[in-house]
Amino acid sequence: MIALRPNPRLRSFAAILLVLLMAAAAAAMVASRDQRREPALAEQTHVMKAGIFDPPEMAPDFSLPGSDGSDVTLARYRGKVVLLTFGFTYCAAVCPTTMSTLAQAHASLGQAGKDVQVIFVTVDPARDDAASMRTYLAAFDPTFVGATGEPAALAKVREKYGVTAVRQGSGPDYAIAHTSSIFLIDREGRLRAMMPFGHDAGDFVHDVRILLNA
Amino acid sequence: MLSARQIAIALAVVLAGGLGWAALAPVEANNRDAVFEIPPGTSERRLAGEDLDILPHTIRLTLGLNDVLVLKNGDKAPHLFGPTLIMPGQSFRLPFTTPSINSFTCTAHADGQLNIIVEAGPAPGWPRLRWRLRGLEDRA
Repeated sequence: MIALRPNPRLRSFAAILLVLLMAAAAAAMVASRDQRREPALAEQTHVMKAGIFDPPEMAPDFSLPGSDGSDVTLARYRGKVVLLTFGFTYCAAVCPTTMSTLAQAHASLGQAGKDVQVIFVTVDPARDDAASMRTYLAAFDPTFVGATGEPAALAKVREKYGVTAVRQGSGPDYAIAHTSSIFLIDREGRLRAMMPFGHDAGDFVHDVRILLNA
Repeated sequence: MLSARQIAIALAVVLAGGLGWAALAPVEANNRDAVFEIPPGTSERRLAGEDLDILPHTIRLTLGLNDVLVLKNGDKAPHLFGPTLIMPGQSFRLPFTTPSINSFTCTAHADGQLNIIVEAGPAPGWPRLRWRLRGLEDRA
């Protein structure tokens, strides 16, 4: 049994503290409710580093002259995870960074990398023919495949993926502002995710492993 | 038997612990989605010349609170929405994990860009405590 001395000041003090304690407890309850998370949500938001499409649909296929001398199609790589990106060999910063990152990721995958194909579709067919793309891509990874073709055919492919490419400047040193994201296509040819520019090789390895094991 | 002074001290200790926890415990929200949806009928309304502004030019996200951009296409036509093309009935869920400023090509905007600014969550200490108290006020 608790015996309180008849001290009004102490009782007031205790009452104030009690009110504050109740407020703190309520705050703690609210905060702990913030921290509770549904497993499904955690799975959805944290399984992949890239942005995911739900539900996934078949990636639009195409047939373009490849840097390896064959036509490049997605169907050709069915059974592999395809990393599809758009760019041009004269690109000063974004494309070299992307290709370097993908090369690093591909190397990090080791044996599993055999089940991964990088396809680089040019947005600059005037300067990127099959031979120049082969030379360009070999500097990053000799397994990477480039795709070029007629401007109208390439524009159609870009349209299917929502990719933009806008010429900037005139003269021989023009640049092209283009979508810099990388599309992740699973073994069945479904467009599963899109990785925005700026992610490191580790993020690609993480996501590709998920698709390889799916 | 406890005296009033001892009770007061005990309460003060508990209170300090509670406030300390509220100021230092990590911040995470139950639902971290920042959802933007293309409503049904959008393509018809655009064809009719209506100027629809579905997606803000700049979206601000906060890590741990609302750091997952969710774009939904409720229309019957594909839409280039924010950073990507989204098919009818499809959603695109893009998580962010670091404070950053992101610019995406977006044809929905006049300057062709969508900016996504990702900020860190409230820092430990007074900012976090203040954030929790504000959350308490909002729920009251």
